[in-house]
Amino acid sequence: MPTLFDRIFDAHVVAELGAGTFLVGVDRVMLHERTGAAALRSLADAGRPVVKPAHVFAVMDHIVDTRPGRGDATLMPGGTAFITETRAAALAAGIRLFDVNDTDQGISHVVGPELGIVLPGLTLVAPDSHTGTQGAVGAMAWGIGSSEAEHALATGTLRVLRPQTMRVTVHGRLAAGVTAKDLALHILAEHGVAGGAGCAVEYAGSAVEAMAMEARFTLCNMATEFGAFCALVAPDETCFEWLKGRRFTPAAWDAAVADWRLLRSDADARFDREIEVDAGAVQPMVSWGTSPAQSVAVGGCVPPDAGAKALAYMGLEAGQGLMGLPIEGAFIGSCTNSRLPDLVRAAAVVRGRRVAGGVRAIVVPGSRQVKRDAEGLGLDQIFLEAGFEWRDSGCSLCFYAGGESFGAQQRVISSTNRNFESRQGPGTRTHIASPETVAASAIEGRIADARAYA
Amino acid sequence: MPEPLRLLTAVAVPLLEDNIDTDIIIPSREMKTTGKTGLAVGLFANRRYSDAVARVENGDFVLNRPEFRGARILLAGANFGCGSSREHAAWALMDYGFRAVVAPSFNPIFFGNCVRNGIAPVVLEAGMIAALENPVTVDMEAMTVNGHAFALPEEARAMLLEGLDPIALTLKHAPAILAWRKTDRVRRPWAWLAD
Repeated sequence: MPTLFDRIFDAHVVAELGAGTFLVGVDRVMLHERTGAAALRSLADAGRPVVKPAHVFAVMDHIVDTRPGRGDATLMPGGTAFITETRAAALAAGIRLFDVNDTDQGISHVVGPELGIVLPGLTLVAPDSHTGTQGAVGAMAWGIGSSEAEHALATGTLRVLRPQTMRVTVHGRLAAGVTAKDLALHILAEHGVAGGAGCAVEYAGSAVEAMAMEARFTLCNMATEFGAFCALVAPDETCFEWLKGRRFTPAAWDAAVADWRLLRSDADARFDREIEVDAGAVQPMVSWGTSPAQSVAVGGCVPPDAGAKALAYMGLEAGQGLMGLPIEGAFIGSCTNSRLPDLVRAAAVVRGRRVAGGVRAIVVPGSRQVKRDAEGLGLDQIFLEAGFEWRDSGCSLCFYAGGESFGAQQRVISSTNRNFESRQGPGTRTHIASPETVAASAIEGRIADARAYA
Repeated sequence: MPEPLRLLTAVAVPLLEDNIDTDIIIPSREMKTTGKTGLAVGLFANRRYSDAVARVENGDFVLNRPEFRGARILLAGANFGCGSSREHAAWALMDYGFRAVVAPSFNPIFFGNCVRNGIAPVVLEAGMIAALENPVTVDMEAMTVNGHAFALPEEARAMLLEGLDPIALTLKHAPAILAWRKTDRVRRPWAWLAD
């Protein structure tokens, strides 16, 4: 009667440490330039080698510039040092790095699955809170602190307090024009940001089984905002087909898939918590406040009991409708929604149209591979002709690192995961939504329902 | 590696507010270095300086008052260290000289970051904290603060007492780790990349 999570966790227990804590084998570590140099340098200073360097991968995503023709220079003051020092530290430690202009550079949670760094049944950690994204292939992937990253690098293990398990079963099918992002915001609106607190959350049910891998990544990405320890989807044929042939997948493919088919929750598996969701009830969503749980259907209104602090920050009033709210910025990108199908759907809305006057609209592909594939489909031309900026890949304007921002009191619709105060720049007002909702809003210059463009 | 913490008698500085978040402990713009050290100057920067750029001290802030200069124990309110998981918060406290924080409750991630960096996170009732008189003694062997008993998970206590970081503790399990790896390579060959 084990759950999918139990199966993966149990296969990785190296030792029991007592009081619910286990020493757990770590199969893959991903690092990025914000903390990569600090972790690697600290290990080197302590004379501790990286024990499995072939299983460690570093990316440049957090600080790297995304403007075309970039090098090591950044708009973030002092940002270049993070890049050059991470590069030097990765080289010294013998770790594979997807450098600034590497063909496979991109956001870690896009690159990991895309290159088959993450696989079903693996444990993967990274010093980034959205690492759970990669659990969508049926892996145990979770975000850690910088010292824990050192621990994983030096020992190939982590000391983990075993989390509780939770299943979110999504019945039925999502309606046309409704995406995994809308589903995630719907669940957050219903159950709050602590809805999955500390849990290993398995997403299941017919609506999840019907999802493409990219949609599953979006869903698992947003589990971080749900308070989850990690997120998983049972690996199936969709997953195996998607992973097949990717760069770091095993050569003995059939034997691996045979093992991976066993990675599922038993019919009588017991979860500590269970919630059920009716996919048919989900509408395209948009956030109104300063927490992802403060979200409503795009045709809806700010709740009458909305908090004064969030309303003041967002420049809104209780009861106000969201559709038609004028915007100054539109951002498509981030580890949540920057994969090829995200860009294809947004481009379908944008094709043959123009971004409204006064709106700064930006598309940032999640990886250079996504960028190449999108350009192969001519999506860059569609976005550029419409008046969008077409960027190189990275985390970019998802958060403010001291460099680029949309500006104070600017209203931005964004395909990202966090609408916290000042997340996208001091005073910037962020509304999170799906890429197509962002695209439609950019065209109209105000928050819009993308279903009108279907 | 942090120094063992057995008995600490030092000036304790009171910052008895609830929900002090890691942005208050160190604002993101103060995380300028790529390392863990040199962060003391950014500690509580938004409150400690009247002009953070010119580093003009704000004489009203409790850390700047003469009687609390050289404090090594911080007395705080509930949910201390909430918000961003940035480990820079613990690094900045350590760099400034703090070895213990006494609060009614802590954010769990921050709590772990303290233990990993040799800072004792001591949980004590708010009333008792307010009544502590300087100098304050944190006794990690007896598990008391000025005579009041407190609790810590055994592993956290061991790490602080022995001055061990978790890596050193885990390396005591080296034989089990090697055995697991050997077995796992056979059981899950697809999980392993060529070295």
